[in-house]
This record gives sequence, structure tokens and C-alpha cells, in this order.
Amino acid sequence: MGASHPRSEQHQYHELMAKTGFSLEQIKNLHIRFQHLSGNEETIRRKHLSSIPALANNPIKKEIIEAFFDKRNQHENETGSFEEIGFEQFLMVMSHFRPPTLRTKDEEREALRKEKLHFLFNMHDTDSDGIITLEEYRKVVEELLSKSGNIGQEAARAIADAAMLEVASTNAPDMGPDDFYEGITFEHFEQMLQNLELESRMHIRFLDVKTTTMHCGKATM
Amino acid sequence: SDDDAYPDAEKSNLPVFTMDYPRIQIPFEITLWMLLASFAKIGFHVYHKITVWVPESCLLISIGLIVGAIMHSVHEEPPAVLTSNVFFLYMLPPIVLDSGYFMPTRPFFENIGTVFWYAVMGTLWNSIGIGISLFTICQIEAFGVQDINLQENLLFASIISAVDPVAVLGVFEDVSVNEQLYIVVFGECLFNDAVTVVLYNMFSFVADMPVVEPVDVFLGVARFFVVGLGGMGFGILFGFVAAFTTRFTSKVREIEPLFIFMFSYLAYLVSELFAISSIMAIVCCALTMKYYVEENVSQRSCTTIRHVVKMLGSISETLIFFFLGVVTITTEHEWNWAYILFTLLFAFVWRGLGILVLTQIINPFRTISFNLKDQFGMAYGGLRGAISFALAFTLPDTIGRKQLFVTATIVIILFTVFLQGISIRPLIEFINVRRTNRNVDTINVEIHCRLMEHTMAGIEDLCGQWSHFYWKDKFMKFNNRVLRRILIRDNRAESSIVALYKKLELQNAMEILDTVSGDISAAPSIVSLQYETRISAKPKKKFFAEDLKNMHNILSKNMYKIRQRTVAYTSKYALPNDSQPREILIRRHSSIRRSLRPGSFHLYYYFFFFFSDEHETMSEVAYPARHSRFGQPKRSASGAMMPLHRLDTLKEVPSVDVLNESEKGSTSRGVSRTNSSYSDSRVPARGSPPSL
Repeated sequence: MGASHPRSEQHQYHELMAKTGFSLEQIKNLHIRFQHLSGNEETIRRKHLSSIPALANNPIKKEIIEAFFDKRNQHENETGSFEEIGFEQFLMVMSHFRPPTLRTKDEEREALRKEKLHFLFNMHDTDSDGIITLEEYRKVVEELLSKSGNIGQEAARAIADAAMLEVASTNAPDMGPDDFYEGITFEHFEQMLQNLELESRMHIRFLDVKTTTMHCGKATM
Repeated sequence: SDDDAYPDAEKSNLPVFTMDYPRIQIPFEITLWMLLASFAKIGFHVYHKITVWVPESCLLISIGLIVGAIMHSVHEEPPAVLTSNVFFLYMLPPIVLDSGYFMPTRPFFENIGTVFWYAVMGTLWNSIGIGISLFTICQIEAFGVQDINLQENLLFASIISAVDPVAVLGVFEDVSVNEQLYIVVFGECLFNDAVTVVLYNMFSFVADMPVVEPVDVFLGVARFFVVGLGGMGFGILFGFVAAFTTRFTSKVREIEPLFIFMFSYLAYLVSELFAISSIMAIVCCALTMKYYVEENVSQRSCTTIRHVVKMLGSISETLIFFFLGVVTITTEHEWNWAYILFTLLFAFVWRGLGILVLTQIINPFRTISFNLKDQFGMAYGGLRGAISFALAFTLPDTIGRKQLFVTATIVIILFTVFLQGISIRPLIEFINVRRTNRNVDTINVEIHCRLMEHTMAGIEDLCGQWSHFYWKDKFMKFNNRVLRRILIRDNRAESSIVALYKKLELQNAMEILDTVSGDISAAPSIVSLQYETRISAKPKKKFFAEDLKNMHNILSKNMYKIRQRTVAYTSKYALPNDSQPREILIRRHSSIRRSLRPGSFHLYYYFFFFFSDEHETMSEVAYPARHSRFGQPKRSASGAMMPLHRLDTLKEVPSVDVLNESEKGSTSRGVSRTNSSYSDSRVPARGSPPSL
């Protein structure tokens, strides 16, 4: 980011603060990281994210990267995907992982939880039709299990099938034998995970300190 | 003559009936006491409502009080159970092992900082606060306790400030609070032992010294680290040794559980030897051991271990509370209104204050902060129990007011257990503390937990920020690469999703097998693979006996045949049926679809076979059954039945003749492997399907 007005930057940051809920410090740090990732360009493309070495071992690397380019995660009721994203879109996706604070009220918590659920749902639903079909679910399970030992593809499929069956049986128990279970809708998805505490599992402590300089020995891009 | 040798003029004949009580006295009385306490426990559950409102600990103490009163009135002495050696060496370890073994590890490690913070700082805060306050009270002449000096007050305070795992768990098990709160209270009461041990030793050491020098305080701090870290170190060491040992126990399955118990107990005793925190040692041992051991031992041993751990813990707990009641009546008490009442007051006040202050300090470091309700739960749930009592009993007699201390300790214990124990449940419900549903055992949840973990780790890498996901990831890699190789016999890295899936499938399979003979409605979900059983096409609501018989035949031929093929000899030391069975996981991936003809149905099934020999590459076969028609019974809502839906996938699965496959498989690969590492159900699916 070459010559830019500090004033307009501040203004931009304040807008982002309002939109995403991050603090000024956190936005600044994330901006530094953004620039690091993008190689000092204005936008990030998929190839920038794919080349992060630490992500190489992550079994769902593709889904994670895809999530950044998914228009649905921008909360603007669009579908499809971007080719490249700017800092604002980057921040929007990151804002899904903010932890709740003491001051968060119950309705806000609910809204946050729904956001997180939507994020997960979008990870599964790659064709944006609002339903997770069996194929889509299988794909995710296969990828999840791909890095842990010699799980054959058949086993992964079996597990995905069993999982679908579970959802179907709890959410549509009165389906006649003739009906075909299309796939998991968002309501069913919500219900399936209703007992799961998302708060403690899906958050990142976005630090208020500059961490890019604190990585002793960790290979950053 | 003969008569002179025997002064008794009477000749004695062979006694037909003799009695020798002293010989068996000790074991006999132990057994009777155990039985008595256990009967009391049975008795409580006769009337269910009692146990809802009154925790078992209170009931047991009450019964103990009654028995103690009876014994006192007949001037009998109770057995010396709550005195140091017996309590600390025999009664306490099983309970702590129980708590440690069943501690939920993931939440524990996620909150480990908080747990240690409360355990260490909380206990310190309470001890010093209560000690100093009591000392100031002692200065008031009117109360008549001026002879208790500061050190003795601090010593007493350190005894009563320790939150007791036995009491707390007895109460918190029934009250379902949110996971964070539970694990913090749970962890705190287990890990505050290190501090208590140090403080107790330190203060009893300096109790009769007139002056405490800064050097002593410094040494105390150093000793704390030795005690705490030493305890954990020993625990982890013994845990690894136990895990390593179980790697080689495949030939001696019957005594596998023994290793678990012996090593944990050894960890405890060795720590006691060096006067370091034995409770921490045994907890760490259980934590370390559990993960690796449960992969190495057989399913039976695993069940046995869990069951015995629970049983021993339960017995110990019962006995402890019971004897608490008994001994309350039979000891000599020294009563001093002022001291005792102020002790109660200060114990409450300091605990409440302590939780408040400590939470304020640690909340910013936590992602899920504790709100006021959680804090109340924590403070109110700080029950004292038998450990305090035993420590009071073992106070050196040089302390002048020992009896007063014992009495005060008993009063506090009774007060917290009864008052707080009974009222905590309604209070928590009233103020509506956040709850978590702790038992979510579905595949979907497990899949999504994994998904979230990986997502979080990925996002963290993207952000370039470290958090505990990063460390967890690192540890898991280390675990997989190094630890598992050494400690686990069959090192096949297995996803927790697959483990859970197999567990659930096994449960399903067990339920099917159980209900086949009884519940008709479950029967049609098992079908033979080779046989086409044509049952009448008329719509049926019930099964005819003939159908049932057919199904039984099919079932037994297909499944039990495979089992029988692999039964080896049972030897004298082997448990019955503990041969090398091949476990069959039946997947009722069934769907029912009405066929074109009204009233008849098609059923599609998969059978998955997981073979246990590590040399076999085939691990599973997917297999649909064709053309099997059964009348659909009136489906009852039995838990084993999953409702039957058609899934799109069924068409894609090839059909394989399983039985032939297994026959070929078994003969070609050889069946009984003498050193085969079989594990009953913990076998992952490996490789790809054969020759399909």
C-alpha cells in the first residue's frame, strides 16, 4: 500500500470496525497480514492463499480457501464466488471467528452462532443451492479423513452415508419409504448441531499485538 | 500315668463345632462395614425422590451419624478408618483414580490454564485469608482462643480451604452446568492438592517455631514447584510405562486391567514416598494412560477397567462419607462458639471473594468469560470433605488445640456438604446458570467437531496467529509420529470420527442381535446376502412364525458361521469366549422402498466386515442384498432401529458374495495367528476392497 492518505485510511478503518466488530488494533494487524499474504498488492487471489506452507497439511485446505472467496460469506445475499478479494472481504470472513465478549447479549450470541453455522453450511454446500446433498457431504468427510491413516474411500463414504441417515432420521422421521431425502437444509443443519457448543470451538483470539514480528522460527509466507 | 499328664480330669472329645472369631475378625468386619454402607446406598434409591433433592453424600453421612450414635451408646469403638494411613493409602486413591480416569480430556486441556490458576491461587488466597482473619479474631480476649498463634491458624486454614473432590463431584454430577464451569470446578478440586500438601507441610513445620523467616517462605515456594511438578512428572512417567506395558499384553488379556491399577497405585505410593502430591500423580497417570491403554487392551479388558475403577471409587466414597458420620459422633469434641462460627463465616467470605477477584483477573485471558452466575456456581460449589477431615486428624499432637481444629473441620464439612450440597441444585436452576448438553454422541457432531478444528487451525495459519489450536495440532503430530509408535501395539492412526462410527455401529449391531430373538420389528433389517427369501407379497402388518424362523436361520448362518470359523481353543487361563473372534460390524444401511407390487418391499443392506489380522488387506466389503422381500412389520420405535429411507447411493455399490469372500479369505490367509494382535472392535478399516 503505497502512498495513501492516513486520514482516509483511518476513516476506512472506522467503517470496517463498525461493519465487522473488530477493534482498530486488530484491523491494523490483520491489514499487515493481508499485505503480507498478497505480496503487497491490493487483492488476494487463491494462489496466494494456497501457497501458505502451514496450510499444506490441512485436510480441508481447499474448503477453507474457498470460503474466503465465497460471496455468501460476505452477508450481502449474493451467491457465487470472487476471483480475488480485497481487504474488506478478507475481514468480513475473519469476523465469523470473533469470540463473544462479556458484554455480548443473548440475542447477539444467537446471531453470532447462526453466522458460524452459516459459515459451516457454506463450506459444505459448494453449489450454493441451499442444500447439502449426499455427494457434497461425502466429499467433505472423505477429505477430513484423508489425512488420518489408511481410511479407504469406502469407509469414508459409509460414514458420510450414516451421517446423512442420522440427519434424515432425526429431522424427517415421518418420511414415507417412498420419499427421497433431498439433502440437509439449513434448518436441519442447525438442528443437527443444536447441542454443540460452537462458542468454545469456533473462535480465534485476534490479538491486539503485532504478531508477524513475533514469529520466531515459524515460516511465514 | 496318663491321667497325671492331663490335669483336667475330663477327657475331651473331638469338637464337632468350633468358632474362631479373632482369626477372621479384621477382614470380616471390613466386609460387614462395606456391606452396610452399600445397603444404605441401595436403600436410598428405593425412594427415588430423595436422591433428586438430597445428594448421596448427605444421606450417607446421616446414616453414619445414626450408626455412630448407636455405637457410642453401646460404647463400641468404630474402626480406625479415617485416620491417616488407612485413609490416605487405601481409601483416597480409588476415588482420585476414578475422577482422573473419567475426566473429559478435551475440555480439560482447553481450560488448563484456568484450572491451575484457580487451584493454586485460589487455595493460597483462601488459606492465607482465612488464616489471617482467624488470627485477628483470636486476639479478642473474650473468645478464649488466644493461645492459637499465627502459624497454627494458617495451618488450620490450609486444611479447610482445600475444596474436596469427593464431595464436589458427588454433587456436581447431578447438577448439569455448562462444560466450562464443570471442568474448572472439577479440575480445581483435583489439582489443589499440590498447594494443600505444601502449605500443610510448611505450616506444620513452622507451627512451633516462634519466628518465620523469609527463607522459609522462599523454600516453601520452591517446595511447591517440586511437589507439583514432581507429582505430575511421576504421574506421566508411570502412565507411559503402563501404556508401554500394555503393548505386550496380548497374550495375557486376563490380567490386563491389573496393570492399570497397579501402575496408578504405584504412582500414588511413590509420590507419597517422596511426600509430593500423590493426588496429582495419580490423576496425571490416569490421564496419560487412558488414551494409549484403551487402544492396546481388548474390549473386554477395557470394559472391566472402567467398571472396576467406577466400582472402587464408589465403594471408597461410600465408606468415606459413612465413616465421616460415624466418627463425628465418636470423637471427643472441643467446642468454641466463636472460633467455629467465625471459621464458617470466613470460609464463605474468602471463597466468594477469591472467586470474584481471580475471575476478574483471568477473564480477559479466556475466550469464554465467566459471568456472575458461573462465578456463583463456582464459589457455592466449593464443598469441603473428607480430605480436610483426615488432614485435621493427622495434625501433630504438639498442637495444643487439636481437638478444636478437628471439631471445627467437622462442622465445616457437615455444613458445606449438607447446606450447600442440598441447596446448590435448586439455586443453580433458579439463577439459570448456563448449561451444556454434555452427551452428544452422534456422527454428525463428531464430524463437525473435527471440521471446526481443522478450519480453526487453517484460519489460524492464515492469520499467522498462534493459539491453542496450533499447539494442539503440533501435539497431535508429535503424538502420531512418536508417541503412538512406541506405545501402541497396532499403530494405525485412526480418526476419532471412524472410532465413533465403529462404536455406534457396534452398538447397533449388538442391539440387533439382542432383539432378533425378542423384538420382531427389528428383525427384518437383517437379511441374508445370498438367499432370496420370498415372502408373500400381501401387505402384512405382522410377521408369521415362518418368516421369523427363516430370518433366524439366515442370520445365524451368515453371521455365526463366520464367528465359528475362528474360534480357537480356550485354555485354562483364558476367559471364556475370549478367543480370536472376528468382529463383525453390521451396517444397517438399510432402505425400504416399496416395490412396484403393492405391499412388498425391497430391502437393501450392506455388510461390512472388519478383519482384525494386520496382514489382511481386505477390510470391508459393501454389499447390497437384492430381491429380498419381507412384509413390513408394524415398526415399533425401538432404539435400535433406524428409520428406513432410500438413499441414492445404494445403486452404486457393487455386489460381492461376502461369504465366499470370507471363506476364500480365511483359508488363503490363514486363520489363527498365534501372535495376532487382535482387538475386538477397535479396528480401522484398511486398504481398499478386494477384487471387486
